[in-house]
Amino acid sequence: MAVETKETGRGDIRTGSEKVKKALPKMLKGGVIMDVVNAEQAKIAEAAGAVAVMALERVPADIRAEGGVSRMSDPELVAKIIESVSIPVMAKARIGHFVEAQILQSLGVDCIDESEVLTPADEEYHIDKSKFDIPFVCGARNLGEALRRIGEGAAMIRTKGEAGTGDVVEAVRHARAILGEIRMLSIMPREELMSYAKKIGAPFELVLKVAEEGKLPVVNFAAGGIATPADAALMMQIGVEGVFVGSGIFKSGNPEKRALAIVKATTFFQDPQVLAEVSRNLGEPMVGRTAASLAVTETLATRGW
Amino acid sequence: MASTIGILSLQGDVAEHCRAIEELGARALQIKYSKQIDEVDGLIIPGGESTTIAKLTADNPDLIFDRIRAFIDLGKPVYGTCMGSIFLAKEIEGSAQGRLAAMDIKVRRNAFGPQRYSFETDLDIPLLGSQPVPAVFIRGPVILSAGINVTVMAHVDANVGKITKTSNPVEIDESVTSYIVMARQKNLLVSSFHPELTDDLRVHAYFLKMVEESKSAFTTAQPQFAIV
Repeated sequence: MAVETKETGRGDIRTGSEKVKKALPKMLKGGVIMDVVNAEQAKIAEAAGAVAVMALERVPADIRAEGGVSRMSDPELVAKIIESVSIPVMAKARIGHFVEAQILQSLGVDCIDESEVLTPADEEYHIDKSKFDIPFVCGARNLGEALRRIGEGAAMIRTKGEAGTGDVVEAVRHARAILGEIRMLSIMPREELMSYAKKIGAPFELVLKVAEEGKLPVVNFAAGGIATPADAALMMQIGVEGVFVGSGIFKSGNPEKRALAIVKATTFFQDPQVLAEVSRNLGEPMVGRTAASLAVTETLATRGW
Repeated sequence: MASTIGILSLQGDVAEHCRAIEELGARALQIKYSKQIDEVDGLIIPGGESTTIAKLTADNPDLIFDRIRAFIDLGKPVYGTCMGSIFLAKEIEGSAQGRLAAMDIKVRRNAFGPQRYSFETDLDIPLLGSQPVPAVFIRGPVILSAGINVTVMAHVDANVGKITKTSNPVEIDESVTSYIVMARQKNLLVSSFHPELTDDLRVHAYFLKMVEESKSAFTTAQPQFAIV
């Protein structure tokens, strides 16, 4: 753990501690994190009320369309986006590519997404996230996967969903899986917990903690296919703590209006009147394609384990 | 009767404040609509993003912004942590973003740089006792200056910002030895840090005391409502 300690008259200054890393995502709760590919989009996202932006070269829908190997964004682009906004900036590193993560940390990003949207660099091992001074967010499809990532040091979990489709069905599936398993754990007798930990391939200590507290030990957002205010509110009502919107905003007809509408829908997720109001006249949503129509080789959620 | 504390729940670390308030035996109420403010004795504005909260309060037909202003003008206690302190400030360095402009302080947003320079430390807060108070700063602001009617409650060594090579484009004034990170102005309390993320509840207890005092002041001022 890279904890910098500095003696001062008023006590130690501790940066990069687990507490400090887990705290940043807590400040993002109830908010929307938006994918942006340049400084102009980042400013639009900030003005619309995004709590953070995800800086990347291509949104997932384009990564799908264009194919090829998808890597960490150009540091120049990431740096420009950091300069252009006052809200936190996140960026994606490939699964297992700890050097991309080192580079992103040195650039001053606030959080790293070890993301299945990029082409994995390691098909066996994820990044040891406990070594870094900044928090990581990782995708998960079920509780076992979420707890493995937390065990490696992730400070935030998001559903994987199926990025770049505009189809919310996989995000719903993953959120229901994670939250359902948590509900099941919270009523499971203690003697069954070890076998359950073995079955889902999760660290026993974390299984115990979830069983006791009835929630993940880190913040849990939804991602992957959220394209409308109603999609965002659906995920919030299912029980996540905030949403990522990737291609859904800047691949739509009126990004400014849609961005603000999704921000409001995430706050007033239980208020159908507000949802109806903000959903009016948003223009064309992203075209999208159904997650079910993807060939197995086209799915992103199956990357990582 | 136990006090009811509203937690502004448009965005931010709401659950953490609710936990702190409930552990102290008061009632926590999550507030999203202006009419709910009538039900509370004090209000907490949590940590979160100040530009988000500015947007959600300004661009809102519910007029919750005006209702919070009226609550403050009535003298009801309001506590802002981190984002909340920015939202309460009169002046935000280099920014025209929306704010309540209720407290006579000038704040610098994100004063220590990006998240890798966020930190935890222990602060001397004499008004809360001799034991230092654990404090978590997450991309935290500092108070650059405060009016004469503001009581400064805690400082952090300005070297922290220098140590952490602040990425802020503003110049660092070498003559500054410390920044204000907690202050009170009558019914308003602000902290740059997040006591709701620790097990030390003294800051929340202090705010609850402000709320109790305000309630008894209201009862005294309006004797017609007193129970005979």
